[in-house]
Amino acid sequence: MLLPSPRGTLGAALVSALRGDGPVPATGAHDDEDDLQLSLWVLYELHYRGFDDVPGTWEWDPELLRLRAALEAGFEAAIRERCAGLVTEAEEQAGEQDDVVTALRLIAEADVPALSSYLHRTATAEQYREFLMARSVYHLKESDPHSWAVPRLTGAPKAALAELQYDELGGGRPDRVHQQLFADALTEAGLDPAYGSYVDLTPAPVLAVNNAMSLFGLHRRLVGACVGHLAAFEMTSSLPCRRYAQGAERLELGPAVVRYFDEHVEADAVHEHLAARDICARLVDQQPALRADVLLGAAACVLLEADAARATLDAWEQGLSALRAPEQERVA
Amino acid sequence: MRECRIEVVPGGPALVRGADVVADPDGAAHPVTRPVVAVCLCGLSQRQPWCDATHKVAEGS
Ligand code: FES
Ligand SMILES: [Fe+2]
Ligand SMILES: [Fe+2]
Repeated sequence: MLLPSPRGTLGAALVSALRGDGPVPATGAHDDEDDLQLSLWVLYELHYRGFDDVPGTWEWDPELLRLRAALEAGFEAAIRERCAGLVTEAEEQAGEQDDVVTALRLIAEADVPALSSYLHRTATAEQYREFLMARSVYHLKESDPHSWAVPRLTGAPKAALAELQYDELGGGRPDRVHQQLFADALTEAGLDPAYGSYVDLTPAPVLAVNNAMSLFGLHRRLVGACVGHLAAFEMTSSLPCRRYAQGAERLELGPAVVRYFDEHVEADAVHEHLAARDICARLVDQQPALRADVLLGAAACVLLEADAARATLDAWEQGLSALRAPEQERVA
Repeated sequence: MRECRIEVVPGGPALVRGADVVADPDGAAHPVTRPVVAVCLCGLSQRQPWCDATHKVAEGS
């Protein structure tokens, strides 16, 4: 993957610096949410598979890390503010039942906008493809952000996370790695399965979903949020995936698209229990102080996803594309 | 000998570790292909013997 197109002054300066054409931006000042999320996404990607046009040594460049920290401070504060209400509500409803699984379930069941019913019954094939393109930013590295939690855990939650990730990563069979199943789905839907190929088209709220996972995954102090995010993700997957699969069948997008979602109906019906009971609850048993962060991560998963879904549905209902226009069309 | 562990989730499926094969209600054998499987206990799953989370819909209605 090559560096994506910047979306503002911060991104432009950052991309130039990574190409060796100028200094690393001294502050996190940015134009708007697009500029912020794309810049953060670039900084995080250096820790995953990186860019073919950026030397690997940039990953640990102190000035880049300083810039990332400046952006993360604002992003984390915004997430905490966005999530406080839902977390408090779940805590109050869970009330006497002090177990974290109940609170997680209440967060996962929050009544928020979702794409699954629309894709199930209403979406056109073109809209479904837009959904696959936007989702590819995550699903081509599906479950990788949560793997950062492994070295930060010990004992029961670590063993359970390894069980879950072993399944996500194909159980020893490369053709069954979920990332590969998604790549197969993209190919069959007539899309590009190359890692990162649709980043430029991906709107800011979807990048924010991805950036939150990286924020939680890369910071040891946020390990609670990392596994809480995983739990909410898994707890809100099985039933929607059934609708996604049926929508793909309705639109005849091909067996690989159906198979990807079909696999998640079954897999995530297991994963949700591993994540909530065996990872999150055991971690909170070990370290009760992490409870608040576990719920924060869960709420962030639900609410940032809901924000992205709302923006997508708004666009579709107005007959517009939910994706960003390619660069050529923007300047034209 | 391999140990088979079964953990019942209240209101949900049974999480089974260490099994090779699980039979569905009609007696057909289904090979286990993941480290942990969720076996439907509510009887409502459309992909027996595996849980497909339908129990949540039933409980919520
Ligand atoms: S126990 Fe989950 S569908 Fe039956
Ligand atoms: Fe998966
Ligand atoms: Fe999963």
